[in-house]
Amino acid sequence: MTILLFGITKDIVGSSTLSVPTSSATGRKVPKTVKELKQFLGETYPELNKLSSLAVAVNNNYAEDGELINSYDEIALIPPVSGG
Amino acid sequence: MESRYARQTILKDFGEAGQAKLTKAKVLVVGLGGLGLPVLQYLNAMGVGTLGLMDQDVVELHNLQRQILYAEHDLGKQKLDVVFQKLNEQNSSTTLIMHDSFLTKENALDTIRDYDVVVDATDNFPTRYLINDACVILDKPFVYGALHGFEGHVSVFNHLDGPTYRCLYPNMPSPDEMPNCNENGVLGVVPGIIGTLQALEVVKILTGIGEVLSGKLLLFNGLNQHISKIGFKPNSENKNIKKLQEFYEPLDCEVISTVSAETFQTIRESESKITLIDVRTEEEFEGHHLEEALHLPLNQINQYAPTKGDMAIYVICQSGKRSEIAVKHLQEAHPNLTFYSILGGMNKMLAICP
Repeated sequence: MTILLFGITKDIVGSSTLSVPTSSATGRKVPKTVKELKQFLGETYPELNKLSSLAVAVNNNYAEDGELINSYDEIALIPPVSGG
Repeated sequence: MESRYARQTILKDFGEAGQAKLTKAKVLVVGLGGLGLPVLQYLNAMGVGTLGLMDQDVVELHNLQRQILYAEHDLGKQKLDVVFQKLNEQNSSTTLIMHDSFLTKENALDTIRDYDVVVDATDNFPTRYLINDACVILDKPFVYGALHGFEGHVSVFNHLDGPTYRCLYPNMPSPDEMPNCNENGVLGVVPGIIGTLQALEVVKILTGIGEVLSGKLLLFNGLNQHISKIGFKPNSENKNIKKLQEFYEPLDCEVISTVSAETFQTIRESESKITLIDVRTEEEFEGHHLEEALHLPLNQINQYAPTKGDMAIYVICQSGKRSEIAVKHLQEAHPNLTFYSILGGMNKMLAICP
């Protein structure tokens, strides 16, 4: 599962994309919903947990926390940006 | 006689009818910076009848790499005055309305009420949420543009039944979770691209041509010229705002000790020893600082250790925003001392220092 990163999430991760394994060889729970994905990423990048409004898009549409995700989905993390 | 607008009125889908709609329109542009200037230059050139300009900043050297309406001889002048003069030279038939103020919860509704469309060309979250709420209350569409490094975001919020900024981002980020433009760079050309896209959306809203970017967030990545659009839906709760919030600046609810730049200058001249902390970034500090200033960037403010004998400690940044945040943190950590944020920061000090 590939995740596109925007705004400050790109700075936090240090890259514009991130790969999340869809089958677990490590015993870690594989995220099945948007909420689980946020938790999964927050464990690796705790700075992400600080973002109070983080939009997640699944296949180019805004997704609520409960939405199911699978390995074919195109996912993006889109925090608000403020520069002008 | 050839019309100055012939090249657009000749377009079948735009025509004289489109031009007439622009002539009648009133557009408010909040912020005369990297986004607001291209919006204004194009709307003024294209013949939007009334343009409202709103900002209270002066032109500074570090503005010039992206705010390309300003010239070196404009440094230190009020942005409002410079923009008024240049737009007037560009198209003398436009009615230009000057709002010599920042947008605040006190003036937001009365200012926006008279306009058809608002352009959010600001650089901070509190004003973006204030514009959103005021536009929802007054039922006005607003064209949003925002930047982060090489990236730009554009959308049209509150257009007819379309979603609002809060449908995408319900809660305002706290000041310490996001950097602002001073701390986080912007590549000069990117605001030009994003501002120009905002101008296009304004024209589409006013004339009804094409598809307005409502319910879609456009994401532009300057590094690979990749453009994507994210769809999102209105949440009726966010369309139902009846009055502005009590506070937009998250710090409004805390008592922060402040001192005016003029008073601070008097203190500097009369006291033999004062403690001043400059919380700007390394680059900003290297560029220019007051000679007595100690440097401690905002992101390291919790490392502050007071020196014995310090009673009053003054804190400065570029405009007075970051110093407020720093004072809040410092005051919590050192309740026995008194910290003062210098209003207007280095901008103001440079303006008044002999």
